[in-house]
Amino acid sequence: MNAPPLLAVQGLTRRFGGLVAVDGLDLTVFKGEIIGLLGPNGSGKTTALNLISGALKPDAGTVALRGDFIQGLAPFRIARRGVARTFQLVRVLGSMTCRENVLAGLAFGTRNDWGVRADANADDLLQRVGLVGRGGVMTAELTYIDQKRLELARALALRPDLLLLDEWLAGLNPTELLQGIELVRSLRGDGIAILMVEHVMDAIRSLCDRCVVMNAGRRIAEGTPSAVLADPEVIRAYLGDEDA
Amino acid sequence: MFVEALLTGITLGGMYALVAMGLTLQYGVARIMNLSYGEILVAAAFAVFWLFTVAGFNPLIGMAMVAPAALVINWVIYRILLLPLVRRAKTRDALEVDSILATFGLLFVVQGVMLVLFGGAYYSYSFLAIPVDVFGVTIAANRLLALAFAAVIGLALYIGLTRTRAGTALRAVAVDPVSAQLVAIDVRAAAAIAFALGGGLVAAGGVLVSMFLTFNANIGVVFTMKALIVVIMGGVGNMLGALVAGLILGLTETFVATWIDPGLTLAATYSIFLIILLVRPQGLFGRGGR
Amino acid sequence: MTLPLPVKIVGAAVAVAMLACVPLVADGYRLSLAIGLLNYTVLATAWALFSGPTRYVSLATVAFFGIGVYTVAVLGEVLAWPLVLLIALGIGVVLALIIGLSTLRLSGVYFVIFTFGLAELVRQLVTWFEVNKTRTLGRYVFVDITTDQIYWQLLALAVMVFAAGLLIRRSRLGLALRVIGDDETVARHVGINVTAAKVALFMLSAAFMTLCGAVMAPRWSYIDPAIAFNPVTSFQVLIMALLGGVHRLYGPVLGVVPLTLLFEFLLANFPNHFSILIGIAFMLIVYAIPNGIAGLAEKLWARVKGARP
Repeated sequence: MNAPPLLAVQGLTRRFGGLVAVDGLDLTVFKGEIIGLLGPNGSGKTTALNLISGALKPDAGTVALRGDFIQGLAPFRIARRGVARTFQLVRVLGSMTCRENVLAGLAFGTRNDWGVRADANADDLLQRVGLVGRGGVMTAELTYIDQKRLELARALALRPDLLLLDEWLAGLNPTELLQGIELVRSLRGDGIAILMVEHVMDAIRSLCDRCVVMNAGRRIAEGTPSAVLADPEVIRAYLGDEDA
Repeated sequence: MFVEALLTGITLGGMYALVAMGLTLQYGVARIMNLSYGEILVAAAFAVFWLFTVAGFNPLIGMAMVAPAALVINWVIYRILLLPLVRRAKTRDALEVDSILATFGLLFVVQGVMLVLFGGAYYSYSFLAIPVDVFGVTIAANRLLALAFAAVIGLALYIGLTRTRAGTALRAVAVDPVSAQLVAIDVRAAAAIAFALGGGLVAAGGVLVSMFLTFNANIGVVFTMKALIVVIMGGVGNMLGALVAGLILGLTETFVATWIDPGLTLAATYSIFLIILLVRPQGLFGRGGR
Repeated sequence: MTLPLPVKIVGAAVAVAMLACVPLVADGYRLSLAIGLLNYTVLATAWALFSGPTRYVSLATVAFFGIGVYTVAVLGEVLAWPLVLLIALGIGVVLALIIGLSTLRLSGVYFVIFTFGLAELVRQLVTWFEVNKTRTLGRYVFVDITTDQIYWQLLALAVMVFAAGLLIRRSRLGLALRVIGDDETVARHVGINVTAAKVALFMLSAAFMTLCGAVMAPRWSYIDPAIAFNPVTSFQVLIMALLGGVHRLYGPVLGVVPLTLLFEFLLANFPNHFSILIGIAFMLIVYAIPNGIAGLAEKLWARVKGARP
């Protein structure tokens, strides 16, 4: 691949007091790729997403989007440049309807949609994620999976080039998981690159082009899903040393 | 003139530090943003004024009566007025807004009572107004006494909080109320004690301030304001920070009053506050980030 | 509220036209009461415009109101009336911008603390300026504005503040504020400039407060800093907005009407105990009806509706 990467992360570092949550992380994502970000709990995956999306500011390192440095920018600026995300603990806007939730993504993101056209676009997006005809429903009435769908629709409303999914497939039952995997796969067809933090191995194997494995803030492996999951160091990171 | 201003500033700063320590206890441990805080200070000043000029008690004896009384009254205020809000609040932010509103109402009640009793005029009394020679400058003995008492009270509080079991419990609640509960600390009792202790401290501060400054029923707001700024500047819940920030504020005000204009002291206070907000909102000694 | 929009607009226009006739029929006392009602309607609605959606408690209403009053006292004689209003507006908005930029990107407490002492700061600065530079403390307000004109100007301001509220609700800013109110983290990540939205709203709210002060200034023939920057004003506005309810545009008015009458009564009968009584009234409101009359009414309405089969 000779095209410049969509996302290039270099030496990304963030400390919390004495703890180095992300330690010199390097990562690249090309247009249309699905990259898995793996690692045991506490290895710094969510912090890494937060650093890319601007929720946290890095202590060192760079994040480049299409060659422009975006590290340290306010999250709303990064969102407007085409980076959308979902949250580990699903976040829907509780006092609003589903349509209004998606409108929030349409109105302020990359496309500045507002008015009648935005309503139509919102309904299209709801249909896309499997919430057809639910635009007027209050979010409080949604099931967990539907809240996750809605959160994805809101992220897609930003018309992102890069989508950050933080355990979006966690907590789904087997049927829902299959639907979810199909949905994520279909996004690739639109040319959206996805960086996903995920623990569900079936999803990783079937979706990801490449995986980056983190442990204690560092990148310990990178490669195809089957290669990294067979890597002895990755196995040690997940299971611990036998004599430990 | 410089040494004189320095001494005056340190005395004033010592008062601010003492008063702010009480507020940082109330806000840091009890999570109550108390806007009526300065009114307790003024009420204590009036109480000692009355005890001294009418009943004939020495202000130091007055302090021994007023400060414990304020402690009890503040404990009662917490139990009766604020605990319902604590129970009602779903989040820490909700409690903050509720306590701001409730104590804002309390401010007007206490201020109104003092206006009815004493009117809007300025009061002062003469106690130990004897000139004393320190490093070649003369300073009134009452100021030195006030400073000495502030230092003793502040030090006692610091030792109490850092070296005793009860003090450690209070600090634990300030850092993390949820985890404090896990190690069997009664968070609500701790909050009530901290609030009461803060009230006792500000009353003691009020007595000391009344020894050398004039006061009226309306100045409570200014003391609350300054205490809040000192707390923010020192970092919420940080005793040492409150001391340093109090001294900075006292010295700055005195220097501005001495060399620029006494009418601009509050402007100087606000300038410091603005700089802190822009440069270091977590306080001089606050932990970085969130 | 299921009436079609044209009906609503016509209804509102008729109501405003009727209110505009008040000076033609009311006697002096009633007109002054009506002015008081309008004054607090503008202030409390402007207060809730910002503090309702953002949940930042502003204690600085009188700082802006007083700036309006003082601008008129200083410039009223020298410049044309619209120009005076414009200058007052400018000062108020710039001050709001400075406060907003320095505090609204931080948590709410900083904002509360800053606004808590702000009126006192401005009062002391004005006092300092008057004593040292102009050597007069206190001014006579010489402007050629009648009481009827004050009433009409306040009515116009009230219409404007409601129109602003309605327009905001239908605008992108309104959606942004609702998102911020629900979840600030989400707001930031869908591309909303949260600080800019808050600062813009605070400036708008301050603009109305400042103009209100300027319009009200000719009510006093003599003012000094203690009158113009009386902290009780901030307090009253806060009580009224909270009693009425801050989550609806019409909410504050529901608090303004009963409390203006109550304060009028208290001030006439217990002038010395006024501060104590409004303090108690305020605490009762905070404890008993935290969501205001509007919230209470909606809850009751929901219960009535729910009770039906």
